[in-house]
Amino acid sequence: MIEFDNVSKNFGDTRVLTGVTGEVNRGEIFTVIGPSGAGKSTLLRLIDLLDVPAGGAIRINGLDIHADKEKSLSVRRMMGMVFQKPAVFNTTVTENVAVGLRFRGVSKSETRKLTEDALAMVGLAGYGERRARTLSGGEMQRVALARAMVIEPEILLLDEPTANLDPVSVAMIEDLVVRINRDLGTTVIFSTHDMYQGQRLAHRIGVLMDGAFAQVGTPREVFTLPASREVARFVGIENIVEGVVVEREDGTAVVDAGGVRVRARSPFPRGERVSLCIRSEEIRIAPAIRGRRVSDGNILPGTVTAVVPRGPFSRVTVDCGFPLSSVLSWKAAEDLDIREGGRVEVVFAAESVHAVRQG
Amino acid sequence: MYEIIEGFLEAARLIVTFDPDVMAIAARSIIISFTATIIATLIAVPLGAAINFGTFPGKKNLVNLIQTLYSLPTVIVGLLIFLLISRVGPFGFLRLLFTPTAMIVAQTVLILPIMTGLTISALSGVDPVIRDTLRSLGATRLQFLVNVLKEARFAILASVAVGFGRAISEVGAAILVGGNIAASSFASSTRVLTTAISLETSMGNISQSIALGIVLLIIALGVNLAITTVQHR
Repeated sequence: MIEFDNVSKNFGDTRVLTGVTGEVNRGEIFTVIGPSGAGKSTLLRLIDLLDVPAGGAIRINGLDIHADKEKSLSVRRMMGMVFQKPAVFNTTVTENVAVGLRFRGVSKSETRKLTEDALAMVGLAGYGERRARTLSGGEMQRVALARAMVIEPEILLLDEPTANLDPVSVAMIEDLVVRINRDLGTTVIFSTHDMYQGQRLAHRIGVLMDGAFAQVGTPREVFTLPASREVARFVGIENIVEGVVVEREDGTAVVDAGGVRVRARSPFPRGERVSLCIRSEEIRIAPAIRGRRVSDGNILPGTVTAVVPRGPFSRVTVDCGFPLSSVLSWKAAEDLDIREGGRVEVVFAAESVHAVRQG
Repeated sequence: MYEIIEGFLEAARLIVTFDPDVMAIAARSIIISFTATIIATLIAVPLGAAINFGTFPGKKNLVNLIQTLYSLPTVIVGLLIFLLISRVGPFGFLRLLFTPTAMIVAQTVLILPIMTGLTISALSGVDPVIRDTLRSLGATRLQFLVNVLKEARFAILASVAVGFGRAISEVGAAILVGGNIAASSFASSTRVLTTAISLETSMGNISQSIALGIVLLIIALGVNLAITTVQHR
């Protein structure tokens, strides 16, 4: 439905978008995740015609939206947008929500009914006569959502709408977005720097890095099969190890990582330099037992270098020739008598190792 | 010292008893300055909006010039209008010199820069997210302008208050183009609070001056209270 064709954008000498290519399907929630400054807001602003791309094209239903100025208003009226900073007009809540309807010349009685429905949808029924500026940040953002949705847009753009909100308001907005998408079939593009939020909401995720999509895929694909070392790092894969493929058989490869051999699922040929991505949740730590062998997995002996508390867990780092981290419950760490300087074995399956070509 | 206290007591009497002379001068001041403020608002708001929303070469310089004119000396404005409407001036045929109309024109010119400048500030002070929100909601160009003005309404109102304050408190232009005439009819007199204070003081009528000064302050206070009330509503 929305196609990005090599979209670029500069602000002065700064290249914000360097060539975004991808597609958003009708009726899906597409989250754009990426670090701050990756160009997420710029991309959403370009879709909403608030900025003009320097190159490339954005097409909605085949129409290049920036090509024909005459059609700008009708294109923009297909969309609703909520911005990162909660912003309300200096008037009542009802008047805030009604603004888009007034722009479209909707009758007074119809406007009253639609604004009431929209406020009920976002859980603000009864707030209509309150001055919008007196609301909390979370409530203002729900007013903004009601204001964007009351015009029944085909596409809802949300630019980090929960970045400044408390956890309860974040959950509320997320729930609303999912319901809007499910019940009304609205296509949603949601940008966030919170990868877990991206994962929670999305049917598909686009990882925007350095002004282009580094990867587009389902949350599972992005989180388990990152396309590059940078994506892996961004989606929270803590263990990334550099190495060279030295052996190959049946989709499994042996990778030499600084003298330590790691078995990994890899399509790459011998001699290829790869980065091995291993989620810390996939790594087990066991007391050192001499002579244990497995045919298809990895058992790497090492020394515990750090045990750092993290919420109800402990993050244990082991030096196996390169550092590998795992996460254990406090109880498990105690039962296994894991302490700094202790000898342990780090155990993980070849399937848990995702190899990407070094860029 | 005694004279000053005496002056204050007499001033209080003049005000409390609604002394006809004092009230007439006060009413004339309000009418002239209020009219000037209305005319200046009708010019400054559209002009400020055009400058704020427009993109044209020299925009920054124009804004700088307008800001410089904030401190335009009132006697200079008076002199300028005097030259334009005096018998030998290009608008001499209108016979406006020493009329309330001339004072309205002078005060309008005087407060136009500050009101235009403050309107520009008021509009550029509207949160960019509010502007983006208006656009994203599908506003036409006109709907966008009207709604940004609406968002800036309190700041614009403040600029109106500042304009009125400057108009009613200036004396230089009022003397030069008005002449401080106390004619037989209310409408053709040009004696206002500031010019009257200046004259009465020079004539030694301290109590009259103090009374007029207090009235001037009360008017200024009243206007500010009204504006603050509206802004906090």
